[in-house]
Amino acid sequence: MSRFRTGAGGRIDRARGINFTFDGRLYTGLQGDTLASALLANGVHLVGRSFKYHRPRGILASGAEEPNALVTVMRDAGRTTPNLRATQVEIYEGLAAKSQNRWPSLEFDLGAVNALASPLLASGFYYKTFMGPRFLGSNKAWAKLYEPLIRRAAGLGRAPEAPDPDRYARRYAHCEVLVVGAGEAGLRAALDASADPHCRVILCDEQAEMGGWQLNAGSDDLVEMLETLGARPNVRLLARTQAFGVYAQGAVALAQRLTDHLAAPSPETPRERLWQVRAGEIVLATGAIERPLVFPGNDRPGVMLAGAVETFANRYGIRPGERAVVATTCNSAYGAAFALKQAGVDLAAIIDLRDKPDPALAANALKAGIPVHTASVIVGTEGHKRVRSVRLGKVEPCGIVKSTDSIACDLVAMSGGWVPSVHLFSQSRGKLAWNGETGVYSPGKDAPGQKTRSVGLCSGEFPADMRGFHNGALPTPDEKGAAKAFVDFQNDVTARDIRLAAREGFHSVEHVKRYTTTGMATDQGKTSNMNALGILSGALEKPVPDIGLTTFRQPYTPVTFGIFAGANRAGLFDPVRKTPAHAGADALGGVFEDVGLWKRAHHFPRKGETMHAAVNRECRAVREAVGLFDASTLGKIELVGPDAAEFLDRVYVNSFAKLGIGRCRYAVLTNEAGYVIDDGVVARLAQDRFHITTTTGGAGRVFAMFEDYLQAEWPELRAWQTSITEQFATFAIQGPKAREVLAPLVEGIAMENEAFPHMAMREGRVAGIPARVFRMSFTGEAGYEVNVPAGEGARLWPVLLDAVDKAGGAVYGTEAMHVLRAEKGYIIVGQETDGTMTPDDVGLGWAIGKGKRDFVGKRGMMRTDLIAPGRKQLVGLETLDDKTVLEEGAQITDTPTPAPGSAALGHVTSSYWSEALHRPIALAVVAGGRGRMGETLHVPMPGGAIPVRVVSPVFHDPEGARLHA
Amino acid sequence: MPDSATMLTNAPPLARFVLRADAETTIKAGAVYGLDLPLTINQGASKGERGKPGARVALKLGPDEFWLIVPEAEGAGVRALLDTALAGCVCALVDVSHRQVGFVLSGPDAATLLSSGCPLDFDLRAFPLGMATRSVFDKIEFMVWRMAQDVFRIEVARSFGPYFEAMIAEARHDLV
Repeated sequence: MSRFRTGAGGRIDRARGINFTFDGRLYTGLQGDTLASALLANGVHLVGRSFKYHRPRGILASGAEEPNALVTVMRDAGRTTPNLRATQVEIYEGLAAKSQNRWPSLEFDLGAVNALASPLLASGFYYKTFMGPRFLGSNKAWAKLYEPLIRRAAGLGRAPEAPDPDRYARRYAHCEVLVVGAGEAGLRAALDASADPHCRVILCDEQAEMGGWQLNAGSDDLVEMLETLGARPNVRLLARTQAFGVYAQGAVALAQRLTDHLAAPSPETPRERLWQVRAGEIVLATGAIERPLVFPGNDRPGVMLAGAVETFANRYGIRPGERAVVATTCNSAYGAAFALKQAGVDLAAIIDLRDKPDPALAANALKAGIPVHTASVIVGTEGHKRVRSVRLGKVEPCGIVKSTDSIACDLVAMSGGWVPSVHLFSQSRGKLAWNGETGVYSPGKDAPGQKTRSVGLCSGEFPADMRGFHNGALPTPDEKGAAKAFVDFQNDVTARDIRLAAREGFHSVEHVKRYTTTGMATDQGKTSNMNALGILSGALEKPVPDIGLTTFRQPYTPVTFGIFAGANRAGLFDPVRKTPAHAGADALGGVFEDVGLWKRAHHFPRKGETMHAAVNRECRAVREAVGLFDASTLGKIELVGPDAAEFLDRVYVNSFAKLGIGRCRYAVLTNEAGYVIDDGVVARLAQDRFHITTTTGGAGRVFAMFEDYLQAEWPELRAWQTSITEQFATFAIQGPKAREVLAPLVEGIAMENEAFPHMAMREGRVAGIPARVFRMSFTGEAGYEVNVPAGEGARLWPVLLDAVDKAGGAVYGTEAMHVLRAEKGYIIVGQETDGTMTPDDVGLGWAIGKGKRDFVGKRGMMRTDLIAPGRKQLVGLETLDDKTVLEEGAQITDTPTPAPGSAALGHVTSSYWSEALHRPIALAVVAGGRGRMGETLHVPMPGGAIPVRVVSPVFHDPEGARLHA
Repeated sequence: MPDSATMLTNAPPLARFVLRADAETTIKAGAVYGLDLPLTINQGASKGERGKPGARVALKLGPDEFWLIVPEAEGAGVRALLDTALAGCVCALVDVSHRQVGFVLSGPDAATLLSSGCPLDFDLRAFPLGMATRSVFDKIEFMVWRMAQDVFRIEVARSFGPYFEAMIAEARHDLV
């Protein structure tokens, strides 16, 4: 047995040795050890380098609050986790861990030269130093030079670069009572609550074993309590589970570690599980965190919290040193002293700040042969990678500190008293109340909608032995001393830094936090908060409660990205929506694009064809013969009821009251402000029944808007909408041969031009399948859109494809569709519109029902700035050279070289090569555009301005004769 | 993947209708439908065996919203009956047979698997037998109806079917 292990006791299994490595060196620990206890059992105290100054650092605490001992645990390239607290890592056979923030090695770290420059690295150093040079432009130097350098030099572990191969699970759970923390108070709360078999109780604890401080004692009570809870079917016990965030209305997020403690976890088993709990009541039993003492050199390896020392000795059977000094302001540290004595550690002294420590404890100490120095503090430490001695200081009645003896020791157990762990209560937005008697903030009133109860130490109710405290830095003989007294170990913030911030005018605790970085980041001030407030209080000469308190943020301890991603990555990142004809389009070699969650075929290249060649060929097919297009993703709504037409009259700008049965109308939707937000086609199936199409991307939004108006604004209207987007597969057959292709397949519909004119709708059968057939066009050619039940789409697709093929036509994708509609000046919502275009702006003023009393957007459209002259209007553009295709989004100006800072007249919204016109075409919005027909404007580009002529946006068949053919 | 007796199976071909109607019309509809429509919201009623002749399902999912589900072959007949019976009533009947796909999730881990993506409480006290509601499952909307303690019927939009199946398959890994 190692000389750093006690002979007996504790919760480790002394028969089961476990081999692991730290920084490549092989060590042996015991089953039940954390990485921290196993390292201490091997006499290793130096475990990391500090964030800013690269100072040697050891293990300070024994639990989640550990600020120093951050390590990286590596299983393989993708299974590498940085910034784990060694006090929470359970060792397993073969565990490989390494220290962080050191180079080339932990023992010899070049970054430690920072310490020499430390007078320069005071608070606000980055803000003050890395400001220039100005000629590079604002912040250029910071982003390009300083920040990358600083990030490399300082900081935490490195994120792994290989993909994480692990699975992460997620579950929602509901309970009447959630108990966070399975120490004595939490266990009792869970027992009480679960006595009622109808009360579902979840008890979680971040440690591998439940019991909290009880695990230091090994009580029979604990075994019995856990057995009782385990036997109750209404209780769920979650060990290794960190409650890391409390959110609104009893929502609590728990991270459960499922496999991190296993030597060879199955790749099938999730590594972690996120529990999203909705609790009727949240019982917080999160205990208390010990305050470090702030004295010069308090960060040397070997300086630990007294409670942690006691835990390591009692629970893990560790002798954390040969010769110890206990420094305290609180009775509880005497327990550590006695535990160390019990473990066979030599006790050099108890240094108690108080004039009159508890007489019984002091007597016991003296009886045990431990000298007790009252009204005393540590004023300095010696040693480099391990504390070697401390210097004792005597606090005179006047407050002056006199440095006296030096005491040799290799372990300092310190206690500045205790602070209730109120992080989760604070996250729940509860109000914290200041308690001057114990010098802490404790839970006060719950936030609205929250029901929490803090039990045990986290309530701030401490037993007498835990009440002694000191907030802030200990008195020292040398206020300007160069030695650093650390407040925030993780962020390397010293007492001097906080005083400096106060001197420089940072009086708000929020500002001091950000200026000095104390209490920030992953640590969230677990060990530093109260001391920082104490120092600030002294510096500002204001009582602590007048300074305020920063907000504790989620998560309580760092959480993996994996647990947030869960299953939502790679193929399951988002649902992938495929149309009924997807497989058919895929088989044709279709190249798909994402439109919202949908996959849409963009173009169908034939062998050796470029995208442009394919799109040009597809456009020619539609203009010269016939094209087939999958339009299934369009949003569709069936609106039914006696007031359906009235509803449509009110929401769309168009009039529908007089729309005949079997007729369709292009419809424009604006928002209340009068701006175009969607468009589509409305067909009247019957007096009280309409089939409405929306844009693909707007389907959900339009449905929600309609529902809002139906339910909230006009509940008197008797009309109901049903989404039928996915009820139908929709295929467009467009081109001069469209009728020739479709007619032979159709039953029950007279297909002649006069019987079935443009903008009409008929119901019948296509290839034997019941269908709603619309005669309409988004290409400028005569055409049809065939809607069949979605389940029949895959069957109809090849039939249509075959017919189109035989007529010399082709299947076309969204890109050809875009070109064809642009040739006709048809807008696409979101391309020609940007949320600030009225129907009139985009040339759709004709669609507005003139006789209507009111509709959504009517009043908005009448606002003076929306009818003022000079608004941007939709126009066509032709490049004068007849060959340059403009860039979409390019600015348009009236001179080729506009003065810097002058405003553009507008911008290009759509731009394509038009195969039909054998020239480039563009749509644009230009100030007063319709009054500029024939004018030459300019599109300034990096290679020089491109002259363009303003023309009508309808390039192809302006009379529309082809539509009606 | 852990063994589980819990199965996800596809529903047979079905005809589905959305009926929006007031209480009076609801009673008329029930008379010709062959199954009384539920009076309370978030309740399902059924008779017969799914997909078999004569099977009827009625789910009340909104204050005036019902889903009627019958074997595919009986869809047209049911539609005609309802159209006739409800002629002149203020209501809306829309065919959504192909809009959705159906599943059955059954077995001891059914509720646990649902809890991997649905934030509802599936305890029998909170989600009793016969309850039916729309909710979300991970990133999609779905409808879930409890037929028995361990048997849930689920409907999702047609294009979300593969996603739902894949997410349930993924959640099975967590049955440890």
